[in-house]
Amino acid sequence: MSNETKQILTTDGIPLEISLKKAERKNKIKAFLLVAPLLLFLIITYIFPIGEMFTRSIDDKMITNMLPKTFKSMETWDGKELPSEEVFASFLSDFKILVEKKEHGKLAQRLNKEKNGFNTITKKLFRQVKRNKIDETQSIKEQIMKVHKRWRNVEYWQAIKRTAPPYTSAKYLKAMDMYLNEDNKITQVSEDRRIHRILWLRTVEVAFFVTVFCFLMGYPIAHLLATLPMKYSNLLMICVLLPFWTSLLVRTASWMILLQQQGVVNDFFVLIGLVSDDNRPEMMYNKVGTYVAMTQILLPFMVLPLYSVMKTISPSLMRAGKSLGGTPFVAFWKVYFPLTIPGIGAGCLLVFILAIGYYITPALVGGASGTLISNQIAYHMKTTLDWSFASAMGLMLLGGVLVIYWLYNKLVGVDNIKLG
Amino acid sequence: MALPKYTETRYRIWHYFYIAICTFVFIFLIAPLFVIFPLSFNAEEFLVFSEGMKNLDPDAFSLRWYKDMVYGTKNPWGLAAKNSFIIAIFATLGSVILGTVAALGLSSRHMPFKGIIMATLISPMIVPLIISGVAIFFFMAKAGLAATHTGIVLAHIILGTPFVVITVTATLSGFDHSVTRAAASLGSNPVNTFMKVTLPLILPGVISGGLFAFVTSFDEVVVVLFLAGLENTTIPIQMWTGLREQLSPTILAVATCLIVLSTLILISAELLRRRSERLRGINR
Repeated sequence: MSNETKQILTTDGIPLEISLKKAERKNKIKAFLLVAPLLLFLIITYIFPIGEMFTRSIDDKMITNMLPKTFKSMETWDGKELPSEEVFASFLSDFKILVEKKEHGKLAQRLNKEKNGFNTITKKLFRQVKRNKIDETQSIKEQIMKVHKRWRNVEYWQAIKRTAPPYTSAKYLKAMDMYLNEDNKITQVSEDRRIHRILWLRTVEVAFFVTVFCFLMGYPIAHLLATLPMKYSNLLMICVLLPFWTSLLVRTASWMILLQQQGVVNDFFVLIGLVSDDNRPEMMYNKVGTYVAMTQILLPFMVLPLYSVMKTISPSLMRAGKSLGGTPFVAFWKVYFPLTIPGIGAGCLLVFILAIGYYITPALVGGASGTLISNQIAYHMKTTLDWSFASAMGLMLLGGVLVIYWLYNKLVGVDNIKLG
Repeated sequence: MALPKYTETRYRIWHYFYIAICTFVFIFLIAPLFVIFPLSFNAEEFLVFSEGMKNLDPDAFSLRWYKDMVYGTKNPWGLAAKNSFIIAIFATLGSVILGTVAALGLSSRHMPFKGIIMATLISPMIVPLIISGVAIFFFMAKAGLAATHTGIVLAHIILGTPFVVITVTATLSGFDHSVTRAAASLGSNPVNTFMKVTLPLILPGVISGGLFAFVTSFDEVVVVLFLAGLENTTIPIQMWTGLREQLSPTILAVATCLIVLSTLILISAELLRRRSERLRGINR
């Protein structure tokens, strides 16, 4: 009783606390409803498909669905000796269904990926089945083994068993130039076939050096822009903003013109006598081209966050440092530089993340030695149509980006990102 | 940037070195854009400065490649330009509407799970484009929207909204919410308040977000490469194919037009930024 009298009531007679909570909940729902359309749209068209990339990258259900009886009967097989009559019989009945559906080619292809040599023997078996040569009243095992000597080889049956699980890590291993061998151990592919690891390393290397170059070039000009009087800095800012707003392909095109052998840069080198006219260096279709073009294209993303941070640093701080006896270098290093670290972090993160997923510029000016992992993803999406492999590589790249992003968030805080 | 008289020689040298570096970087940034201008007026087919051009001989210059761009036989630029503009305009409209409404909700202090929702909304900006491309392609292929304008527009809305969300939330962070309460107390309904009070105040932010979205869509090539069929070709796709096959002066003519367009966008973005700062009372 005494509790109720203490409660403050609104004019409607409802306790104030409840009434406020109600209003609060209403506001929450209102705010959420405003965000809901975009959130829903993104979840359906973007977040789910990224999840789908994952299921696609580990999916191996096709063969599981093709040979259901075989895998069922293989469950009891120890995998050391040739399987029993029952396994052979169920394999044949699965195979007959596939022949009817004209899907035996797909099976051969999939098995051949697991172990070389399946193409031939599946074709041979297909011919026997087609001509009704296999008599089901007699031992099916004996008859299949007669089709080709490889059907008598236990390794091929082990290979079939390995394809049983509906999920596989094969694509991820392949992206790192590894595979599961006969004993289910992770093995590296032979040295001359390790192409993906080179691409990963090159991608990280290019992204890292482009970030470093952008930082080295971006820091001085951001400093200049932030310290010059407004009327000059606004003019110079155009040099940063115009490339920023200009199409990526336009800028790549202009680098292709500048860097070609008869191009302006080489002309200039010849003019100042750096190289002789008939010995012009190749600057395009290699790493030099990739570095130069990517640095120029990504530089604004470094300068803008740096500038917005530097703009907030009062010049009196440097003066105070100097008046307290620091040389300009010491004052810069001890006072100014630490204050710009959020800007450096934001700029480096932006440039690194953009550079690591770069595709267009390396493909155009990079030549063979300038191809990065993104080019490989695009190649598998568009040319080989191995979408699950492309998904696997894409997700590995995404994982890397998220780790960097998380680290950055820990070290600097994402709230420090500013767009100009 | 005049140095005081008492500056020591080594700092003087350092200062000139610094100015030299800055000059070099500014030239590095802007010069590539200017190489395209003169070469696009080249009378010849080669992409190098001819002797005539170096001597400023008027005969060495011509509008040949611009004519080729507009009237050239079986040239794809007309269709590409039309598609690019249609797609970019619809994508911008979509991004602006969805992004602004979401930003209004996000900047409300009642918004639950703000952090994670914000992270989701701007994720298309952080995820590398090639991955977005693959994911969006999977969705569009399933929805039967691959190789349609609708599909590309939707894809560009995905990529464009983060910019709108970021610019509009930034504008709203300096927004005085008492004006909307004042409007409500005077009997205005929420929609009316938004149209008559909030929107005019945040308009610069909305438009500059829209400009970002427009440019994103207009320049976008990675996702379109996955999605576009022959009929959906856009300017970036044509440039990409052109640059891969053979660098022709016609591409330079197109590039020049694009630079002019980006200059216009830059000017409007700058004007808007200044107006927005003035409206929000930020004086620098």
